[in-house]
Amino acid sequence: MISKKEVEHIAKLARLGLSQTEIKKLGKDLSSILDYFNLLKKVDVSKVEPTSHSVLVKNVMREDEAKKENLDDVNELVAAAPERRERYIKVKAVL
Amino acid sequence: MNLTELTITQAHQGLLKRKFSALELTKSFLDRIKERNKKIFAFLTVCEDFALSQAKKIDDLLLQKRELPILAGIPCLIKDNILVKDIRCTAGSKILSNYTAPYDATVVKLLKSQGAVILGKANLDEFAIGSSGEYSAFGKTLNPHDFTRVPGGSSSGSAAAVADNLCVFALGSDTGGSIRLPASFCGIVGFKPTYGAVSRFGLIAMASSLDQIGALSKNVEDAKIVFEAISGKDELDSTSVESKISNFKFQISNLRIGIPKEYFIKGVDPAVKKIILEAIKKFEQMGAKIKEISLPHTKYALATYYIIMPSELSANLARYDGIKYGKSEIQNLHPPKFSKKTLAGKKSKIKDLLDVYLKTRGKGFGDEVRRRIMLGTYALSRGFYEAYYLKAQKVRTLIREDFNQAFRKVDVILTPTCPTLPFKIGEKIKDPLSMYLSDIFMIAVNLAGLPAISIPIGKCKNLPVGLQIIGKGLQDYKIFEVAQTFEKIAHE
Repeated sequence: MISKKEVEHIAKLARLGLSQTEIKKLGKDLSSILDYFNLLKKVDVSKVEPTSHSVLVKNVMREDEAKKENLDDVNELVAAAPERRERYIKVKAVL
Repeated sequence: MNLTELTITQAHQGLLKRKFSALELTKSFLDRIKERNKKIFAFLTVCEDFALSQAKKIDDLLLQKRELPILAGIPCLIKDNILVKDIRCTAGSKILSNYTAPYDATVVKLLKSQGAVILGKANLDEFAIGSSGEYSAFGKTLNPHDFTRVPGGSSSGSAAAVADNLCVFALGSDTGGSIRLPASFCGIVGFKPTYGAVSRFGLIAMASSLDQIGALSKNVEDAKIVFEAISGKDELDSTSVESKISNFKFQISNLRIGIPKEYFIKGVDPAVKKIILEAIKKFEQMGAKIKEISLPHTKYALATYYIIMPSELSANLARYDGIKYGKSEIQNLHPPKFSKKTLAGKKSKIKDLLDVYLKTRGKGFGDEVRRRIMLGTYALSRGFYEAYYLKAQKVRTLIREDFNQAFRKVDVILTPTCPTLPFKIGEKIKDPLSMYLSDIFMIAVNLAGLPAISIPIGKCKNLPVGLQIIGKGLQDYKIFEVAQTFEKIAHE
């Protein structure tokens, strides 16, 4: 069983604000799913390389050139920010 | 002639022969959507004006007697995790309920370039996470065959709309069965291409090494037409690849069909098993060679998937931070909006940046999304990464290797798409693991990056059963050939 403290730690890492009831419930859900993962302990992978992508493509490169973007598109992207001043995105104090 | 029942080819021929105009075609769908969507809720957004103006353009081209691409004037539906410029894109989540797409996904650009008419955006499980369609933050989609049952997810609206004649075809996305499962439950065709065959640019990312866009359609030919339109290498998606055009000379007597013994176990509904085995027998009678094969690591696929998918998802969903776009609690900075209640029910104001993150994400994501973000964050956290994520990636290699071995002996592999019939609304929502089991026959395909299609193969008490055909990587066109033959045989 995963402890309440552990769930709170993970929630903070995940940047999820959770209520106490939810922390309790998630602890239970996560524990049962993690128990199921124990199944993988039986597999011998000592000589196996990991697969991160199923189709093996490597080092897709392009010329390191700045592309000209349409200013309207850029403005539209900035305009999607909930808080801004002129063309800057506003952020609450970090510390 | 009922215009809403036409396939792509039939609608295209009708337009060319002037049996009806593109405007008439689009209007007949818009009328039907008005009548039906209140009930089955397949559309989150209907873009009526946009669709009508697209259709008018096609009619003008027809008047000028121009040659038209096959998708010109064909009304379609786009899953609401794929961006269509200037149209709201929610991913089925509250956190994006106010988000308007600033650009087109590559697949949308390609459909528009052919002149396809976009009717709207399809309902889905939140962020394409779910197997039933019940996890949409805006309300669930119903199965048109039986309103008490789920349509399957996560491309729930796409599948229900095609089955209910609310569009000719729809785009969906498939991370662990999200195109094939709803196609099976709704009695239509759903195709998940080889990983990389279709650009993911403009698809709201869930699990990047597994996600793939594909078509849901009324028959195999339509799925192929849409795949031809949207596939290809895209410089905006560096994982995209070119799928081979097949010169596969297809004779059923030369076809070697693999039946994996691990997929016909107890736990499969006997009614589903019976229908699938009957179909396989028919193919055998037509001359196909049936071989029992083994995919020995099948029993580990679900656990592997439920580590890799939430891990990638938790990283991808980190971008919803209330700073760049989407819903945010940052406005709670300002008096007099202080009174908004937080999740814990206490009145409080935002203190610092961390608080913006915690409150925005705590409020914006639904239960299943939170569960998976937590699971993924746990699997990637210090001390657990090797035991979970890295281990799962290694087992993934073994699962891929199983398929590589099998495809030395057979051309295609057949399985049921889902072990059960469409289940009742609410039946599995309380028990995440039982819900996850719906995807058990499809997820290994995503882990291995293979192409697979679900085609309707029969019915049990009016509920559709889907057959899954799995092919070798990049042999997408071969699957269409085989599936078209099976489609014909099955309905003879």
